[in-house]
Amino acid sequence: MKYVNQPVRKTDAMSLVTGKPVYTDDLAPKDCLIVKILRSPHANAWVEDIKTGTAEKVAGIACILTYKDVPQKRFTLAGQTAPEMSPDDRLILDRHVRFVGDAVAIVAGETEAAVDKALKRIRVDYRVEAPVLDIHKAKDNPILVHPEDDWKLKIPLGGDNKRNLCASAVEEHGNVDEVLAKCKYTIERTYHTKANQQTMMETFRTACYMDHFGRLIVLSSTQIPFHVRRIVGRALDIPASKVRVIKPRIGGGFGAKQTSVSEIYPAIVTWKTGRPSKMIFSRYESMICSSPRHEMEITVRAGADENGIIKAIDVYTLSNTGAYGEHSSTTVGLSGHKSIGLYRHTEAYKFAFDVVYTNVQAAGAYRGYGATQGIFAVESAVNELAHKMGMDPVRVKELNMPVEGGPLPGYPDVPYAQSCSMDRCMARAKEMMDWDSKYPCRDMGNGKVRGVGVAMAMQGSSIAGVDVGGADIKLNEDGSYTLALGCTDMGTGCDTIMAQIAADCLNTPMDNIVVFSVDTDISPYDSGSYASATTYTTGVAVMKACEELKKKICKLGAEMMEVDERKVDFDGSCVFYDETIDISDGADKNAAGHMTDAEEGYRVDMDAISSEGAQKKVSLKDIALKGTFFNNIELQVVKQHSSPLSPPPFMVGMAEVEVDTETGSVEVLDYVAVVDCGTPINPNLARVQTEGGIAQGIGMALSEDIQYTDKGKVRNNSFMQYKIPTRQDIGNIRVAFESSYEKSGPFGAKSIGELVIDTPCPALAEAIYNATGVRLTELPMTPEKIAMGILKNKSEQ
Amino acid sequence: MNINFWLNGVNRHAEIYPDTLLIDFLREQGCFSVKRGCETANCGLCTVLMDGRPVLSCSTLAARIEGKKIVTLEGMQREAQEFGSFLANEGAEQCGFCNPGFIMNVFAMLNELKDPTEDQIKEYLAGNLCRCSGFVSQTTSILKFLKYKKAQEEA
Repeated sequence: MKYVNQPVRKTDAMSLVTGKPVYTDDLAPKDCLIVKILRSPHANAWVEDIKTGTAEKVAGIACILTYKDVPQKRFTLAGQTAPEMSPDDRLILDRHVRFVGDAVAIVAGETEAAVDKALKRIRVDYRVEAPVLDIHKAKDNPILVHPEDDWKLKIPLGGDNKRNLCASAVEEHGNVDEVLAKCKYTIERTYHTKANQQTMMETFRTACYMDHFGRLIVLSSTQIPFHVRRIVGRALDIPASKVRVIKPRIGGGFGAKQTSVSEIYPAIVTWKTGRPSKMIFSRYESMICSSPRHEMEITVRAGADENGIIKAIDVYTLSNTGAYGEHSSTTVGLSGHKSIGLYRHTEAYKFAFDVVYTNVQAAGAYRGYGATQGIFAVESAVNELAHKMGMDPVRVKELNMPVEGGPLPGYPDVPYAQSCSMDRCMARAKEMMDWDSKYPCRDMGNGKVRGVGVAMAMQGSSIAGVDVGGADIKLNEDGSYTLALGCTDMGTGCDTIMAQIAADCLNTPMDNIVVFSVDTDISPYDSGSYASATTYTTGVAVMKACEELKKKICKLGAEMMEVDERKVDFDGSCVFYDETIDISDGADKNAAGHMTDAEEGYRVDMDAISSEGAQKKVSLKDIALKGTFFNNIELQVVKQHSSPLSPPPFMVGMAEVEVDTETGSVEVLDYVAVVDCGTPINPNLARVQTEGGIAQGIGMALSEDIQYTDKGKVRNNSFMQYKIPTRQDIGNIRVAFESSYEKSGPFGAKSIGELVIDTPCPALAEAIYNATGVRLTELPMTPEKIAMGILKNKSEQ
Repeated sequence: MNINFWLNGVNRHAEIYPDTLLIDFLREQGCFSVKRGCETANCGLCTVLMDGRPVLSCSTLAARIEGKKIVTLEGMQREAQEFGSFLANEGAEQCGFCNPGFIMNVFAMLNELKDPTEDQIKEYLAGNLCRCSGFVSQTTSILKFLKYKKAQEEA
């Protein structure tokens, strides 16, 4: 292997570092109408009357749309495989506005100034109603977020809009209460994780225009081009065939762009006016009306025997989907399935959940997708249980962790852990952190105490039995290849990773492969990049496509050499005849090998230009050229791949913090992450993914919090109040790989993208506990909470 | 109103509205490397050089560039290639959206600080946010670049 498992540069790297115009707004037509939204100031209200007359008179205004102007069929913005698991609960504009920031009117005009002026001139009479803001009071509250009769759940998941319930279920294996009753040590705790913003640096944005066939072209920063095509079609009530979605470079996603947040607004403007338009979300809009992480309250009961073996785990998750149900029934599942599975001796487990509607901005997909929340709760509970038992949490994890060939309780997507090196991850992390000498804490003698903490995590690799990866590879006239993809490189480097895989499969230099992605008219179908699916799923599609293309190259090569196609082989640069190749059971001359007289004539010419033909060898370039004239063997292959399994990647995270016991301020000194993602196809990109995920997780753990006023208004609507980590906040992050080999993945690879955000919350909570004795169960763990906890502990002593 | 300024070494005149922001003006001039990541002067994506000093073009009026020399990444392509290759070798560019503003501020830092330490680097660039990389690989790239420059000077 020349490229796989090598830290090759990203194929687009130099364009990015030199600031080339490659993103949506750089490429949008220059005469785009500017699209902006008039947003509701109320958390729950009905538009009684809306007057747009004076706004329409503003010079340069092209159109103003209200609820009267949009199709009345409900849909979801969630980018999931159809029929989506998320309820159909949206209209482009609705008379009923359900959160502060919900769309009331769409304004499009020739200049931003005109649009801003028009927005101020729209007069709206609202009938304001009391909102539901408390997740504990949402279920069966008489105030309904979705009272409408056309609310629809396409897949029965226990949702009922007349109860403010988006989804609800109970799963149980064995009798948890009985097993817990027998456990020597038990714990019951409730954890609260908050909504977080993904804050990719490029906000949501879409430009639209009509083509000469009367089709709507949607140029968008999205993780899900094919789902966007369907969603825009449904929203506009037009056939999806009328929509073409093009994805240029994306400035980050982290799941935010797995929801079609921005597309529908310019789409309806362009469809109605015929004019190009674009909508660029401000950071403010990205903070108040986007698709943040689901807030969850998770109650964990866990029990262990006298030897430290975890025997039972019970998880109940109350998830807040906000005003709309995007990704809600699916994210909540991971809070149990990816956390309980970490403890292999669990004899009984129970996982139950309710997902409720409230009048805050709708939640969506965010890296980790529910697993992050569930793992914070379960890992924190087990850590606390370890202290109850008087054991080092690392020891408890060593006794209970997943092992290769062993079970993953409650995780339905593999029969057992087929590939797992969690044990090596733990051993390596311990060594890197020098755990035994640092655990539990060191008093620095200046009011500061250093503590260490540990957590394990697992995620999936694709949605088992659902996700589809696609690859379309063709040999070009000059002997180069074009690899068209439907997955979406959002900075993660999947365009490069797929080229690495293809280059090794075809035994060709990487720069001989042109990667193209994504245009729904041209690219093969692919679910898109989410659910940690791309390398694992699309990677195999690329391998399959390359294998078949090699066969076609051999076939044409054999035809050119007039030899039996079963007796040739391809080494990447030539197809050569090898009479030693064994062709057992009787030879049927292949139909394609049989040539017409006319083809014979052409082939003679071919021989004349290919000097190697005479030596029973024909070059790739000659085959490629032959592919362009009088040829009936297509040198192009489209392949898809879906896996019935979702093999989990595993990791261990260890944190060392220094806490100022007077102020409660926390400094992350060191973070060690040891990851089993199977074979890292590109160790550089895998490492940077890990570093980025850890930093994002540190933000979630220590500072990021979407807060609402008692009227339901977001208090953290800019980077002034919503604090993501800067380079001074994250300390040292050290990454190592302890790879297992996953047979169902490409070259042994699993996934890495989401897994890496799962350990910081529980590891830092544990480190803070070891430093201060304060056990925090609510995120973020701010200095205030820590200082108050220290004071409380002191007063209790 | 009319302004007279230098953009990437070329003297130019333009007619602008008094409230035009520098970021919007520069993008209109075809400097698409200049990106907007927020409206509150927090993210550093829109950093450009004004008379050699880094400024946030999202919170600078275009009117302020009268008589000034403005440099964007479009005007430093050779330097961007040179330093950018160190980012690329680490996989540090990731989505790339924060890269131009970050790289402009790195150039500003190298103008100002002779041989910055890791702490100085982190302090100087604290206003350049990045959500993909976790910053580690960016710091590594800068340190390796400094080493390379030093070796070049010594040679």
